[in-house]
Order: sequence, then C-alpha cells, then structure tokens
Amino acid sequence: MNSSVIIFPGSNCDRDIDVALKKFGFKNKMIWHDNVELPKSDLVVLPGGFSYGDYLRCGSMASKSKIINDIIKFANSGGLLLGICNGFQILTETELLPGVLLRNKLSEFICKNVFVKINNVENNYFKNIKKQILELHIAHNEGNFFCSNDQMKKIEDNNQIALLYCDKNGEINEKFNPNGSSKNIAGIFNQKKNILGMMPHPERMIDKCLSSDEGSIFFETLLNNFK
Amino acid sequence: MIVNEKIAIEHGLKKTEYKKICELLKRIPNITELGLFSAMWNEHCSYKSSKIHLKNLPTSGKKVIQGPGENAGVVDIGDKEAVVFKIESHNHPSFIEPYQGAATGVGGIMRDVFTMGARPIANLNSIHFGSTQHKKTKNLVRGVVRGIGGYGNCIGVPTIAGQTCFDESYNGNILVNAMTLGLVKKNKIFYSKATGIDKPVIYVGSKTGRDGIHGASMASAVFDDQIEEKKPTVQVGDPFTEKLLLEACLELMSDNSIISIQDMGAAGLTSSSIEMASKGNLGIELNLNKVPCRESNMNPYEIMLSESQERMLIVLENGKEGKAKKIFDKWNLDFAIIGKTTSSKKIEIYFDGNKVVDVPIEFLSDKAPEYDRKWKKTKLPIKNKYNKDIYKNLKILNVLKKILSNPNVCSKEWIWRQYDHTVMGDTIQKPGGNAGVVRVHGSNKAIAASVDSSANYCFAHPLTGGKQVVCESWRNMISVGATPIAITNCLNFGNPEKEENMGEFVECTQGIGEACKYLNYPVVSGNVSFYNETKDKGIKPTPSIGGVGLIQDYKKMVSMELKKLDNIVLLIGKTEGHIDQSIFAKEILNKKKGPPPEINLFNEKNNGETILKLINEGYVKSAHDVSLGGLLVAIVKMCIFGNKGIYINKPKNLINYFQYFFGEDQARYLIEIEKKDLTKVKSILEKNSVYFNEFGIIQEKNIVLKDKLSVTIDELIEANKKWLPNYMSN
Repeated sequence: MNSSVIIFPGSNCDRDIDVALKKFGFKNKMIWHDNVELPKSDLVVLPGGFSYGDYLRCGSMASKSKIINDIIKFANSGGLLLGICNGFQILTETELLPGVLLRNKLSEFICKNVFVKINNVENNYFKNIKKQILELHIAHNEGNFFCSNDQMKKIEDNNQIALLYCDKNGEINEKFNPNGSSKNIAGIFNQKKNILGMMPHPERMIDKCLSSDEGSIFFETLLNNFK
Repeated sequence: MIVNEKIAIEHGLKKTEYKKICELLKRIPNITELGLFSAMWNEHCSYKSSKIHLKNLPTSGKKVIQGPGENAGVVDIGDKEAVVFKIESHNHPSFIEPYQGAATGVGGIMRDVFTMGARPIANLNSIHFGSTQHKKTKNLVRGVVRGIGGYGNCIGVPTIAGQTCFDESYNGNILVNAMTLGLVKKNKIFYSKATGIDKPVIYVGSKTGRDGIHGASMASAVFDDQIEEKKPTVQVGDPFTEKLLLEACLELMSDNSIISIQDMGAAGLTSSSIEMASKGNLGIELNLNKVPCRESNMNPYEIMLSESQERMLIVLENGKEGKAKKIFDKWNLDFAIIGKTTSSKKIEIYFDGNKVVDVPIEFLSDKAPEYDRKWKKTKLPIKNKYNKDIYKNLKILNVLKKILSNPNVCSKEWIWRQYDHTVMGDTIQKPGGNAGVVRVHGSNKAIAASVDSSANYCFAHPLTGGKQVVCESWRNMISVGATPIAITNCLNFGNPEKEENMGEFVECTQGIGEACKYLNYPVVSGNVSFYNETKDKGIKPTPSIGGVGLIQDYKKMVSMELKKLDNIVLLIGKTEGHIDQSIFAKEILNKKKGPPPEINLFNEKNNGETILKLINEGYVKSAHDVSLGGLLVAIVKMCIFGNKGIYINKPKNLINYFQYFFGEDQARYLIEIEKKDLTKVKSILEKNSVYFNEFGIIQEKNIVLKDKLSVTIDELIEANKKWLPNYMSN
C-alpha cells in the first residue's frame, strides 16, 4: 500500500508517522507542501505539529499550500485522507471536515494518555477493528471541537463521529473530556467516511515500551482494510 | 557620541576595565567598539570571576569527545554515535518577562546543540521560584511553564524531565535553566572554530531587530526597583522560525559545505563572530549593510548588540554559497553573505562605506579581565541536638501527608502535562520518575537524563552541597539502569563581588569537582550565572546538575513503580537518621540550621555500581533513590506510581521512627526484587560490601507498619497530586 505524508513548514510529527506507516507495511513517501502533485497514493496523511507556527489560526496557512488542491482532488475521488492533530486542524480549515478546533477549555497544552471509543466501524479505517476502546495519546493546545447546531445535527445524522473520549470501560462522560470538545468528540469523518480527522496520535503508541501500544491496532486495521 | 568613563560605566564596565581598554587600543574606543567590549568583557561572556575556579573541574574522560569551551559538550555512546548536551540559564529575562524569557532560554539551548550538527532529542529544565506565598510567584510559574512548553512543543522536541523548587530566596530572582540533548554521528560534529582565509561569512535565520540589546550585560548585573524598564532587553522567541532553522542547518550539514558554525546567542553577532575568529586565530571582516534587518535605520551599535533570536553565523567553503542559499530559500529563511575571514587577526566592521570597528580579536577575547576575587569559607555548621520530646506530639501519617504535599515534594504533573513529552516517539520514561529516558532512534540503546539541585544543602555547607548534587544526579542515572557518563552544570549564584557569595561559588564548585572526579562523571559543558540578586538579597547557591547516562539495552531499563505483589523491597545504604537540613527539620520541626547530610563518595560509588550490576543481571524490578523527604516519601512515591501498597518491616537498631523515615542520609536506594532471587541478590550485595536491609513486602493498596501506620495509597495520592493544581487554580 502506498502512502504519502505531507510536510508543511513546522510539521513535527512527520517522522513519527513515517516510522509508524513503514513499521506496519506501508510504502511511504514524504511530500513537501510546495509540490503541486501527489504521487499515486492509497492513503494521504497530514501529520501533527505546528504548521506555520500555528500563526493566524492553527492549520489556516497550511490549508492554502500548493499541494492542497491535489489533496482535495484525491479526497473527492474517494482516497483515504487522514489528518492527525494539526492535520485535523488543517482539514477543518480546508473545510474538508466540518467544525473548528478551539483552544482547550483550560487554555493549557495537554499531553497525556486518553481512552477513546470508536463510534463507527462501517468504514475503511475501523472495519474489523479488534478493540473498540483504545488507549491513545493526545498532545495539543487546540483540540476543543466545536460546530454549529446545524452542523452537529448533520454530523450525527450521517454518523460522522469517529472517536469519542471515554474512560477505560468506554463510558462517555464530560469527566473524561480532556479539552472541552463538544460531545466528547476526538475525531470525525466526512460524509463519505474517507476523510478522518483525529486529535489523538496513534503513531506515538506503537511499541510496548511506550506508554501504550494500542496505536498499533489502528495501523494494523487500516492496512488490513486495504488488502 | 564621544565615549568617556561615564558611558563605559553605564555599559557595566568598571573604571579599571575602561582604562585597560584605552591602554590596549592606545586610543579611546568609539561607541560601537565600546559596545563590543562591554558585551565580551561582561561576566556572562567572559567568565572573568569564575574562570580560575572552573579550571579545577574534571572535564575529560574516555567517553568525552568535547569538553567545555564549545557550543555544547559531546560524549561518545558507541556505534559511531555521540550525544551533545548543555544546560544554560535564562534567569534575569524570565523574571522580567516569564513567557518570553523562558521560551528563548529553551530556544537558545537548542540552538547550541543543533549548531554542532546534532538533532535535539530531549529537553529538560530546572526552574526555581520564590515562596508560594509571594505575590509574584503564581504568575511567574504560569508564564515560565507556558514559555517552556510554547517553545519546545512547537519545535517538536520532547521535554522528558525537570525539577521545580520554591524558596523565598528566589522571590526577587527566579531561576530558569534549560537543557537540551542532541544526537549526532561522530564524524559529523560541527565546531565553532573558523579555519581558512577569505572564506565567506554567512548570516542565516531571522532578521535582526532592536530586541535584546545588551541582554548579556543585563545578565551580568544585579536587579533593582526599576527592572520593569528592562523589558525591552528581553528577546522575543519564534519557535516556528527555529524549527525551520533547525531543519535547514541539518540539511546543509549533510555534506561538507560548512567550515564552522556558531549560533547568535548572548551578545548576538558580536560574540558569535569574535568567538569563531578567536578560536581559529583569524581575523574577520563584516559589512553591516548586508545584515538583514527587521527595523529601519538600525546603526552598527544596535546591529552588533541585538539579541534577536533564531540566527546563526556560518563560515562556508568557497563556492558553496549557491547551494547553501538554495536550502535556506526553501525554508524561507534569510541568507546573506555579510563578510569574510581575514588574516588580520582583527575584527573590522564596515557600515555605509566607513570602517566603524577596528579592534584586534585578542583584546576582546584573551585579554578580557580575569579576577581572583576574595571569597569566604563556610564552616560546617554544628549538628542540632534533638530532644526526644520534640517528636512526642507528632504522628507519622500527619507528617507524611504534610511532606507529600510540600511544594518541593508534591507531584509536578500539572507542569509536565503541559510539555509535549512523547513527540518523536522514543520517550520510554516520562517526567516524574528518577530520570527521563529516550531511545536512541532505531537502536536498542537509550539515553537517560535528569536535572538536580539542592540549594538548601548548598546554602548550609557549599562544599558538601556541591558534592551532594552530583551524587544525586549519579543516583538518578543508576536508578533507571543507566551508566552515568557525564554532566553539564548551570552554576546560579549571587554577586561575586561579595565574599560570601563568591565563597559559595568557590566551594560548591570544589564539591562538584571532587564528586565528579571520584565518580568518573566529568563536566563537559555548562554556564555560570552570577548576580542573581535583587536589592542586596542574593539567592541561595544553586548549582543545577544535568546528568546524562547510557542504557545499552533499553529493555533492561528500570522504572520506579512497584511491579508485583509479594516482591521484596530492599533498602540499600545505611540509615543514620540525619535530620538537619531535611524537609522534616524545616517544615515540621521548624529548624533551619545545621549541616547537610554527609557525603561518602566511596559508598556512593560502591552502592551505585553494585545496583547497576544487579539491574544488568535482571534482578531489579523497580528502583528509586532516597532523596528529599527521606525514606517514607521515597517508598510512597514508588507505591503511588505502581498503584500498590507495602508492608514495612520493623527496622532493626532503630533510633526513632521520625529519624528513620524522614532523615535524608545519602547513598540510599530502594530496589524491588523477586522473593526467589533474594539469596542471590543478598550474596552479591554482601560480596560487594554494600549495606542493606529488607525494608518490606509489596501488598495491595495499603501502606502498613505494624502499630504505627496504616493508610491507603489513594489517601496519599490525594495529598501528593492535588497541591499544585489547587495552588495554581486559586
């Protein structure tokens, strides 16, 4: 399977996702934001980091990069497009995903393990996933998902909620919401479920010696669904 | 403007120093030249008060590739790889403007490391604030923590460990010490020494503005009531540009274009250009009209002394300019050829067609003053005699809870949760433990690092204190299973012109030197920060020690959380019940005087090396050194981390429970082993003449000492974890 990771100035999880994709069997290419054309890819990833220093608004400058037009074309034709953390913010700024990611409720950067529940398995990301509650890691300043009531209704009607913050038993409760996100949302899909934006970083959790290796389940499932 | 003595004094120079400048030049310097002298001759850049004492530190060893004197120290970790590291202070700016001061401290130290060709792989910090009751403290904590996080998080380098202390001696002078570790191939290390004549001198990075002018001079003076006026001397950080600069420099470093490279840190373009030329015994010529400026009408004085951040100076091989420019263009960074190396051994600066500086390099560097300042020895204080009655009304549990929630002992999770400690995907021991540990990417090796200070001990008796901090750093390495390699030190002291303060510096440094020598734990880099004084009140002597160790196989790493029920916990090292200078003495008994615990370097080395042997043979399931707060605090932390309890054996030869549990005797560790290994472990310890006893057995949730103590860990977690968030939110 061919994947492409886009590097924006200020991306800083590009190497981590490259390592993870290769570990689980993807043939990955790193693509500089200045390119106009994507190589042939089955999966495109917008990595975490601080593209353009988060200046103006997180993800807003990156959403105007040269490569974005081709990414939009790729996504509209049904290709899998994944945005992690800053990548998620870029996806909302390009309006490929609805809503915005506001400053965390406590106005503090949060770096910690969280549990997330997979809310929809009828898609190429989570089909046949062996566990529905994963321990993953978040590290962000702006992960507080927000959208209008109309948008939320559409998101829910179309079953676009991908991941929800929960406790280890899968209970979804404001207590387990680390950043004030609406309805505990940690990740959402577009209508067609080929675009996924998520705040947690599965690429940081792919080895037993790290604080969890449940990111591995995410990548294994993703790869299996291509086969 | 014609320079005179008054102007020189306003620049922080002494009368005698100004006289020396005029004598050297055989004329009066112009204002730009005076600026250069004041920047190069101040304490921060010249080490004029500390040099003669720093010479006595052990700085070499089998693993040392580069000791002090470069941008950072370098040690060999095998397999053709090396680790580059250094700690540096950013105290004065952080007190005036906590966010930017702390942020640019982190930025500066990272540049020191990637200047040498290393990719930063971990950040650490040591921060000291005033009393928690002081009106400024809370905002300073918030600002500094945000600043450190704001910079490190954005660059994408994990912050893996640190320490935070509170003490009223920092009320008017906080300490912010930042440390960075980087990884480099041994044959790709870059140095600041320029070689060759007529080589292009290149300016890269951000544009130059008027920020931070005379920052280094500010760091070399005491504070008074007017510090707010110094705000403009604090630099403003842009981590985004630094990230680009990092990537661009590493890209350019992949071949042999660079002859030498130096970041523009303290005293900006002045010190970077002079240091490169000085080390290479060359001259340098600069045309300041070529320097990319952010503001209009900047004059030579301002351009040379600006401390705008995220800038580098490079001496390039001839003919490589085009290739280099292409890389910096790609990363949207300024690139300008601003001069060349010369054979004149002078710094010659041109602006608008005029020569505005013409000074031999050695006047600014080697001829800088060096002082052997007067200093006063600190006598070892007499031990307090404690009458048994003093303990009569105390309850172990109450004392324990009070110490666990003491600002200096309590959990600092509120702080490190705001630092990205997992980016780069190699952090295998996160903040809060004995040391932070990161894997060497793509290999089985791992690097451990920690930062320590013990200002109370150093204040009570600087010589012992100096030794103790080094030993504590060493123990932190051992406790995670790392072989200690080397340290970097950040020496934070008061006014060197005062005999007491100078004495503290001299004796702490002596203690550090003795311990480092004995433990074969050399000093490879560091910095000195004097004049940490406000309105005549200096800080407690606070050397911060950044220790670095190597774990050959990361699967053998040990952490501090208790692992398994029924395992045995051994206490290594002798417990004598030394109470003076302990948290217990200060906070519970209200005794501030007395000597710090004695340091026995033989025991430190022997205990540490034996434990390392046990770890490498796989016997140790968890480990923690016994430090601040004493034995009970140490075991409780292991319990909290592992979510387990312990049944504590009644100690033999007991003096009394308070001295046993809360005394701060040194060279001690707690280690967890399996029952089946007890005989074997005992025999290894005995064979190596290591003192130990069986401290307790791991059980569920409760911490119990028959008839004396019974408490659930949940109750103690509450005491330990809640203090800081509560303090910060009120």
